[in-house]
Amino acid sequence: MKLSRKALLAATIIAGLTAPAMAATEIQWWHAMGGVNGELVNEMAEKFNASQSDYKVVPVYKGGYADTMTAAIAAFRAKEQPAIVQVFEVGTATMMAAKGAIYPISQLMKDTGEEFDQSAYLPAVVSYYQSPEGDLLSMPFNSSTPVMWYNKDALDKAGANVPTTWDEVEEAAQKLVDSGMDCGYSFGWQSWVMMENYSAWHNMPSGTKENGFAGFDTEFTFNNDAVINRLQKIADDGKKGLFKYGGRTGESRPLFVNGECGLWMNSSAYYGGFVKDIKFNFGQTMLPLDTDVADKPQNSIIGGATLWVLQGHESEEYKGVAKFLKFISTPEIQAKWHQTTGYVPITTAAYELSKEQGYYKENPGTDTAIKQLSLNTPTPNSRGIRYGNMVQVRDVVNEEMEALWAGKKDAKTAMDDAVKRGNALLRKFERSAK
Amino acid sequence: MVENRPFFDTLTHIILILGVILIAFPIWITFVAATHDLARMSQAPIPIWPGSHFFDNLKLALEGKVVSGVDMLPVWKMMFNSLIMALMIAIGKIIISILSAYAIVYFDFPFRMGFFWMIFITLMLPVEVRILPTFEVVASLGMLNSYLGLTVPLIASATATFMFRQVFLTIPDEMLESARIDGAGPVRFFFDMLLPLSRTNIAALFVILFIYGWNQYMWPLLITTDSSLSTVVVSIKEMLDSAERTPEWNTIMMTALLAMLPPILVIVSMQKLFVKGLTETDK
Amino acid sequence: MIKRVHFPSSPLPYLLVAPQIAITIVFFIWPAGQAMYQSFLIEDAFGFGREFVWFENFEILFEDPLYADVFIRTIFFSVMVAALSMFLSLILAGFADRVVKGATIYRTLLIWPYAVAPVLAGALWVFMFNPSVGIIAYWLDLIGVDWNHFLNGGQAMALIVFAASWKQIAYNFLFYLAAMQAIPKSMIEAAAIDGAGPAKRFWTIIFPLVSPTTFFLLVINIVYAFFDTFGIIHAVTEGGPAGSTVTLVYKVYSDGFIGLDLGGSAAQSVILMAMVIGLTVIQFRYVERRVDY
Repeated sequence: MKLSRKALLAATIIAGLTAPAMAATEIQWWHAMGGVNGELVNEMAEKFNASQSDYKVVPVYKGGYADTMTAAIAAFRAKEQPAIVQVFEVGTATMMAAKGAIYPISQLMKDTGEEFDQSAYLPAVVSYYQSPEGDLLSMPFNSSTPVMWYNKDALDKAGANVPTTWDEVEEAAQKLVDSGMDCGYSFGWQSWVMMENYSAWHNMPSGTKENGFAGFDTEFTFNNDAVINRLQKIADDGKKGLFKYGGRTGESRPLFVNGECGLWMNSSAYYGGFVKDIKFNFGQTMLPLDTDVADKPQNSIIGGATLWVLQGHESEEYKGVAKFLKFISTPEIQAKWHQTTGYVPITTAAYELSKEQGYYKENPGTDTAIKQLSLNTPTPNSRGIRYGNMVQVRDVVNEEMEALWAGKKDAKTAMDDAVKRGNALLRKFERSAK
Repeated sequence: MVENRPFFDTLTHIILILGVILIAFPIWITFVAATHDLARMSQAPIPIWPGSHFFDNLKLALEGKVVSGVDMLPVWKMMFNSLIMALMIAIGKIIISILSAYAIVYFDFPFRMGFFWMIFITLMLPVEVRILPTFEVVASLGMLNSYLGLTVPLIASATATFMFRQVFLTIPDEMLESARIDGAGPVRFFFDMLLPLSRTNIAALFVILFIYGWNQYMWPLLITTDSSLSTVVVSIKEMLDSAERTPEWNTIMMTALLAMLPPILVIVSMQKLFVKGLTETDK
Repeated sequence: MIKRVHFPSSPLPYLLVAPQIAITIVFFIWPAGQAMYQSFLIEDAFGFGREFVWFENFEILFEDPLYADVFIRTIFFSVMVAALSMFLSLILAGFADRVVKGATIYRTLLIWPYAVAPVLAGALWVFMFNPSVGIIAYWLDLIGVDWNHFLNGGQAMALIVFAASWKQIAYNFLFYLAAMQAIPKSMIEAAAIDGAGPAKRFWTIIFPLVSPTTFFLLVINIVYAFFDTFGIIHAVTEGGPAGSTVTLVYKVYSDGFIGLDLGGSAAQSVILMAMVIGLTVIQFRYVERRVDY
């Protein structure tokens, strides 16, 4: 059949009119990554958008982790939620309990027909975010683990070795202070580093029911002798000037960067910024072992955040989401993310690729985090934690630890109070989560 | 003054100058930080005398390169959003409050006191306290990511209404009597008499509300997801939240300096009217 | 109160109050009602599981000794802010009032902080007092004061008091200066002829004569410290260390917005609303003629 001119014209016009409707489906991705990390996030989205024309991922910075999560929840209640939101690890129980709000990754991949092999991901990373049935709930994105950062120059000057046990930490701290440093050691994210990871590292539970994995009726048990003794020793070190407290999260970072404290325990993800800011020789090593508690370390647990997919969007959009999540798991993207930021690679392939590229040889110590995470097969004590209201629990632990550092309470009272207050929060969560 | 005490007069100036130094010190530090480069600003202790990078930092801020690696809106665009927000809040609130105060003071109508109390209970309760339910209301009205959503909920407050009511109550009754003898209706009375008489109060309110609107933080943070709507105060807080790095103080402080300018200009240029407008109702 | 002489009833007044009433209902009364309903619920963050618990959220609050601490701390904080900022501005205004030439210049230089956003003001003070890079912390260290507001609750409290007072001095100063300038010069001169020195004149004549302003500012400053210092606390301490700078309004935010305990946070909102309404009614009864800002 021959088309008349008019019909052709009409067809062209219609095509022109419908073109906007065929434009790329937009996918909103709310995240909490500022600075260099934010730059990489934008770059990932741009690369994905350039790789195909059906979908357009739009990253939106929504403030800190807590702000981002609350904004997403408020938006969900108002039915304005993004398709993807980055949620920090302590929000896991809250997200998981909201079954009607989340779209588990395993399910998403199955529904959209994307091939997805969970075993390609590092066990220590995915185990934190699995359902009891072993399904992956959210996509690991930026995972880190606490390591011990050390000022090599300062240690050399003080004649101290890089410590591997807590006794050595105290010894080195004493030498550092004797050599004229302001303090020996400090740390940040203290609930994560000194309670959650300290427990996992020594293969002790921090709560019943497999750290909350086996049920919402879990109770805290971190007011045990091991934790109390260690914290009391740190508080005593504080009085002697060996330990200096510098804030709840990363506020103590300048203490290390400006050469005031020689040892600093905090996330491996500080690497990217350190390379830029620090003038002296520095390195990272595994967390110290408390020889009073265990003969050898177990494995550390991760922190950082994962990407949750939220319900309530068109199935077309979810196809794009699935493709995008697979895209950011590719070895090239992950290896770059890992090497630039200090977060651990989430797939074995990305780890292998970094090895092949000779990255760890050129940057000794940068594989500390991943080695520490995969030191042993995770036990129920070291798989992770899954407590409800964990954001508030961490605040409680922060408050009680601060009372301890300030000398207002002793370690036993502080931890007993923290457990008591934390359990009240757990019970409240249990009731709301049903 | 009748007496001559040169020593005491000198002391007066010394104390006032000390006061000014104390008060202006944080702003001075902001300025100084905006004149150094990043390297200098990450060394302890930070400087107290200006450096030579003022224009470099200004350029970075104006180009939206405050935090390296993050594409932010250029500062002037953020400031434009702040300006729209501040003006809408100030003007909107002045208009609705002067109207309702007029009705409550000059008219007798059923439910007058009911309306008065309804407005009155909103006095003083900050938006932070009712922020999540207000968010849901705004969302269900489809007003997220809009200038209306940014401003209208913040207009719901009784302070301005209350002030106009006080002003109107001090205006002598004879005014209305003579106006009515001249045959003036309510509309003419409002425009010809009340509005000119409350000029200074309107100016004072404008100063307060402009600054209030310009300086909002929590509300714009929550209800905008479209970064083209971000205001300058919210953005500065974002720039400071640099979890794993040193904040880039030089450019952040430059942005802060720019963000302070409009409200400072408003209050400095209108200070006379501001004081007069506020204290006159207080006689 | 209504004018003795007024316009007769007509549809006009309804039109005049309509915009404000509409906004008040939609953006104040409706959300406040929601908050009240929410305060009777224990609910998960997403709003799936909810349980109606009557007054349990309130019971939890009143049984929590920490909540009582927050109450006391808020009052302490407010009194400190009011006292510090009013005292400094009274002194400065007293001296500025003596200056014949240049009073306007001093006034211009002293009112800046009023225009600075609370969040920014907080950030500036943190910047100056940052234990490792802050200039004032550095000076304090030189004279042997170990400044660390991340650890020392007293120092953290002092810091938010400074920051909050700093912002408010300008406002108080303007009012005091205006009140002092309104005092007839003849009264002061008469006292000077009687031989009263400047200090004596200030305390026996000027200070008593500005006492209505003092009372008015006291109310304003306390209300300010109670409700409008959220941004400062958020930027300076985030409530820490060990909760030593958490005020009532900050707790509403941190429990609700960060902790996602919607019911508990709403219950605190309701308590605050009741307090505000109570205060407003009292103020309306006793200090009717004063407007607050």
